[in-house]
Amino acid sequence: MRLLTHNMLSSNIKGVTNGFPLRIEVEKVVEKEVDLNMDFLRNMFAKIEWKALVEASRTMGYSELPDDAESSMLDSDEFLRKFHHALLELHLEEGALVCPETGRKFPVNKGIPNMLLHEDEV
Amino acid sequence: MKLKQLDGLLGSLQQSENPKIELEQYPTGPHIASRLLYTAENSFGDVSDKVVADFGCGCGTLGLAAGLLGAEHVIGFDIAAESIEIASLNADELELDMDFIQCDIRNLRLSDRAIDTVVMNPPFGTRKKGADMDFLSMALKVASGAIYSLHKTTTRDHIKRTALREYNASTAEVLCELHFDVPQLYKFHKKKEVDVAVDLWRFVPNNNRPKHL
Repeated sequence: MRLLTHNMLSSNIKGVTNGFPLRIEVEKVVEKEVDLNMDFLRNMFAKIEWKALVEASRTMGYSELPDDAESSMLDSDEFLRKFHHALLELHLEEGALVCPETGRKFPVNKGIPNMLLHEDEV
Repeated sequence: MKLKQLDGLLGSLQQSENPKIELEQYPTGPHIASRLLYTAENSFGDVSDKVVADFGCGCGTLGLAAGLLGAEHVIGFDIAAESIEIASLNADELELDMDFIQCDIRNLRLSDRAIDTVVMNPPFGTRKKGADMDFLSMALKVASGAIYSLHKTTTRDHIKRTALREYNASTAEVLCELHFDVPQLYKFHKKKEVDVAVDLWRFVPNNNRPKHL
């Protein structure tokens, strides 16, 4: 699971109001290179929750993203490369996503989070 | 990529060996899948460089077709682990990156508008009434650009009315009518093959709604 996907996911447990972002527990990270698409990154920047992306990438072992970012940084190739790497090239392969409000763990196996809820969580 | 090539690649994908009737698991044939995505990309530019979601992805046919046509990031959602496993293998076969999430589409919580395009072949609601509408409702909540979906032609008026009046679609158009060849997948299927009239829809969400998570 890429961090782009993580950045749009919230805890879906009934009654939870602060379900974003899901905390990440890492057991295995895989890096897969993909081509950088400048236009795509520029479009995505406005939609991304930056702090959640920074925190998530650091948990995954990548600490190159600045704490804060603004759109003028998109003019820098170096920044684009780091943004690209964090957003699209880091994959959580094994671990868990954790609801920040309830602590409930959603397991991640082979890169796939299981977000099926139990009966009492629906 | 030419339509014929896309068709061929999709035709080589693995499908479910034991489909579950309660979930209305039917594979989206390569013919329909290739045409759906081809239209979405060539007529509307809704695929390449976009974030695409495949709701009820099953073995991944629609999502993978999106990837083949240049979607930048594709996420498949399905309730069945076995389907996702096969979809994962199919993605590896095609050397495509595709994320998958196992979940019930009805209680998914995604950021508004993080997804550009939704492509889906949802259950028709023949086993669990309203399943098709659940999928459509969720798709209209999360997509910012467009939704491509397949629904039985017999439900056409109901779908149009509900999408526009209740689910906040700004437009709802039938792009074309197709015929699903439903092969003899399940024990209760008496005929070798049956033809079901299906509409390919394109919905555009109303983006002026207030945002919520």
